[in-house]
Amino acid sequence: MNFPILSSLILLPIVGALFLFFTKDKEGNNLTAKYVALFTTVVNFLISIYLWISFDQSTSSFQFIEDRTWIEGFINYKVGIDGISILFIILTTFITPLCIISVNNSVKNRLRDFLIAILIMESFMIGVFCALDLVVFYLFFEAGLIPMFLIIGIWGGPKRVYSAFKFFLYTLLGSVLMLVAIISIYWIAGTTDVIQLYELGIDAKYQNLLWLAFFSSFAVKTPMWPVHTWLPDAHVEAPTAGSVLLAAILLKMAGYGFIRFSLGLFPDASEIFTPLIYTLSVIAIVFTSLIALMQEDMKKLIAYSSVAHMGFVTLGIFTIQQQGIEGSIIQMISHGLVSAALFLCVGVVYDRMHSRLISSYGGIVTIIPKYSILFMLFTLAALGLPGTSGFVGEFLILMGAFKDNFLVAVIASLGVILGAAYMLWLYKRVVFGKLINTDLKSMVDLNKSEYFILTCLAIPTLFFGIYPDPLINTIEVSVNDLINMYNINLNNN
Amino acid sequence: MENLNLILPEIFISLSIMFLLILGVYKKEGSKLTFNISLLVLLITAVITFNETFAISRTTLFNDSVVIDYMASLMKIITLLGAFLALIISSSYLKTFKIFKIEYPILILSSVLGMMVMISSNDLMVFYMGLELQSLALYVLATFNRDQLKSSEAGLKYFVLSALSSGLLLYGCSLIYGFSGSTNFNIISNQLNSNEYVLTFGIVFILVGLAFKISAVPFHMWAPDVYQGSPTTVTLFFTMVPKIAALTVFIRFLYVPFLNLIDQWQMIIIFLSIASMVFGAVAAIGQTNIKRLIAYSSIGHIGYTLAGLATASNEGIQSSIIYISIYLVMNLALFSCLLMLRRKDQYYEDIDNLSGLSKNHPLLSLCLLVILFSLAGIPPLAGFFAKFYVFKAVLEQSMYFLAIVGLLSTVVAAFYYLRIIKVIYFDKEKDKYDTDHSFWLKFSLTVSTILILLYFIFPSQLIEVVSRINII
Repeated sequence: MNFPILSSLILLPIVGALFLFFTKDKEGNNLTAKYVALFTTVVNFLISIYLWISFDQSTSSFQFIEDRTWIEGFINYKVGIDGISILFIILTTFITPLCIISVNNSVKNRLRDFLIAILIMESFMIGVFCALDLVVFYLFFEAGLIPMFLIIGIWGGPKRVYSAFKFFLYTLLGSVLMLVAIISIYWIAGTTDVIQLYELGIDAKYQNLLWLAFFSSFAVKTPMWPVHTWLPDAHVEAPTAGSVLLAAILLKMAGYGFIRFSLGLFPDASEIFTPLIYTLSVIAIVFTSLIALMQEDMKKLIAYSSVAHMGFVTLGIFTIQQQGIEGSIIQMISHGLVSAALFLCVGVVYDRMHSRLISSYGGIVTIIPKYSILFMLFTLAALGLPGTSGFVGEFLILMGAFKDNFLVAVIASLGVILGAAYMLWLYKRVVFGKLINTDLKSMVDLNKSEYFILTCLAIPTLFFGIYPDPLINTIEVSVNDLINMYNINLNNN
Repeated sequence: MENLNLILPEIFISLSIMFLLILGVYKKEGSKLTFNISLLVLLITAVITFNETFAISRTTLFNDSVVIDYMASLMKIITLLGAFLALIISSSYLKTFKIFKIEYPILILSSVLGMMVMISSNDLMVFYMGLELQSLALYVLATFNRDQLKSSEAGLKYFVLSALSSGLLLYGCSLIYGFSGSTNFNIISNQLNSNEYVLTFGIVFILVGLAFKISAVPFHMWAPDVYQGSPTTVTLFFTMVPKIAALTVFIRFLYVPFLNLIDQWQMIIIFLSIASMVFGAVAAIGQTNIKRLIAYSSIGHIGYTLAGLATASNEGIQSSIIYISIYLVMNLALFSCLLMLRRKDQYYEDIDNLSGLSKNHPLLSLCLLVILFSLAGIPPLAGFFAKFYVFKAVLEQSMYFLAIVGLLSTVVAAFYYLRIIKVIYFDKEKDKYDTDHSFWLKFSLTVSTILILLYFIFPSQLIEVVSRINII
């Protein structure tokens, strides 16, 4: 067996966290802790890049598989990646170091503990995307609740307790049903190994209930309308780095879960429930876009826009078209970059003015021009301007949707217009207009680290917008095979 | 001649109790000596049990009235170790309240002896004798801090209600005896095949009595008051040790004498299980006293244990035993934390007293964090696996309703565990607590927390230990 590269990806952040745990906690800006955390995550990022380079794009079978007995005769610790999961792993390892750089201004107390929480979070998130056993997946999926609960609860805003509880209980409630389903699958199929389950297939008569149980978990996590209400609360109260992790990666777990498990394991049920997903997605796109228009809090607006964007993702996944699923994956990656950047942008002005209300800004373009330019770039990426990665995803999803269901696609396209409306209006109110609030004059432009983070996010946003081939090449074979397998299993039953 | 080696542990512990009583009479201020000897006795008994009986296949003694099998030996060892740990961390608490007396360890030893008899019983009479021995010792323990009103109240309440349940139990036993003509479990099992009306009464009475002893809903009323009123170290003992013996007896009753009557008792157990899980979760939400909260949470946890028993399968029984063992470790850890909340000879037991603990005592709070998330059943901590095995067994029997209700009540239960974490981590800090704790207290907290935290690395070992239990 080769070097266990995936396990080391998962374990490295935990090792870093342990190391931090045994260093002394200093008050104020604890540089040592930051450097340790940064070093760990950057090394992790480099490993994942190496993983991408040595990844064989021509096959859809799982690579870098590690298989160890974990619970005798029951569960194996099995991890491996295909073209779909590798992108999410890279997204995770890419966003986390940026989060750690960004904690400079937003986290004032207990910096060391905060970094430990972020590192542990990272390893759980990577675990979710590598897991090839349902129980292992569930373990990582649920374990992520603990650090996120603490991140929101300890370092969050004034209503943090309410938000942390809401986040935790909503997600847990969705997930316990998935646990029932996972154990049931073990008794029905005799294994929880995903690869074996792909081959065996699950009897069609069980699929509907199992699908619904998985759906209850993923719908909360995505989040889909009407169980999205925890997301705005969590985003508003979480510290900037927490919001970034939440928007960029945590939400993607569910989208990934839909592709990997709902489509992969339950094709018959997916076929039956596609109208449900379509309806909820379209409602999410249109309804939450309208809600986003009305928001006065910048973070809340972006949170609602996330719900709308994830609506596109779920829509694309259940078109079961090559373009639709590829579009969804690219949309998730793009949303990971863009929403992270937008939350960081809000964090930048919040750190200076301690207000997230749109009305307290306006006319800052002349005061902080660099910021305004980058903020504009991400605003445009969020509304899907051609040339940014947001466009590629949305375009492919709508293409897939038009193939499958004309009406749904038309309504969803309406969401694109609404998206442009709320994002541009947000930008106009914050950046342009008259300078009414004179306090804003004292604002300073981006400092080096903020500039660095936002540029780091801007480069892939633009690059993949103009040249999305690296992404599409990576996922193409896997998605193609997934759809083939889906159709074969569908016909068999 | 019977092979007395097999009951050597019981003989040894009874002789030790007598010796300690005599020692207590003749030696002035011998409480420390008694305490240490009792600890030693518990350890030695555990070693003897391990040596003499662990490897032996099922054997019965004294006209089939005592059974020595793998389950009995395992449960005895868990009981003895549990009692040992519960006793060793209680010395400083007892000294603070000036109840560090010779009777305390002796009463613990006698109740442990009673439990050992219960665990090994294969006969209604032997079982009842063991039960009464442990109960009488426990009544006295509950009132041990007799200068405090609450403690006396707790003991009295416990005594009255427990006596009532013992009465019910005895009545059930007499009905069963009337039907089968024997008090021996195996003979009863052969005799009871019919669907007689009155027989169901007998089973119900016995189950009610047993449910009372493990405080399953709706026979839980005594638990919150007794847990709150008793001295903390006694509460610790209550939550850990007697449950193991009661669970073993539960298993024995259901799967030896009543095995043929599964249809009659399965619904009752499912009801007890669901009621305990739901009630334990909901009723704990409003509590402000940690001990009272633990009482409700232990009711909930007993519900999960019963869910395993309700499956009528070996996997179910094994998962229940795993559950109770992991629960025991979590409880030990939780009470170790509780015993550390001391400031100038005063112990604190309200949730508010934990406020902002993480600022002044980061390590203690971290341990509490791990313990509470584990009690809530969040992976990858040990508490999750406990629930996981139980629900795995439950779903094997396609009991979906039980599984879904159980898992949904974990969400409700998660709320009150989160509330404590919120108080510890999110609220304003208060004064510091003392940090000069005894070595054993720190030791038990560290070891149990590490066990909870790292259980997921080696989950197979515990399964292997219990997998040899094959009752059915």
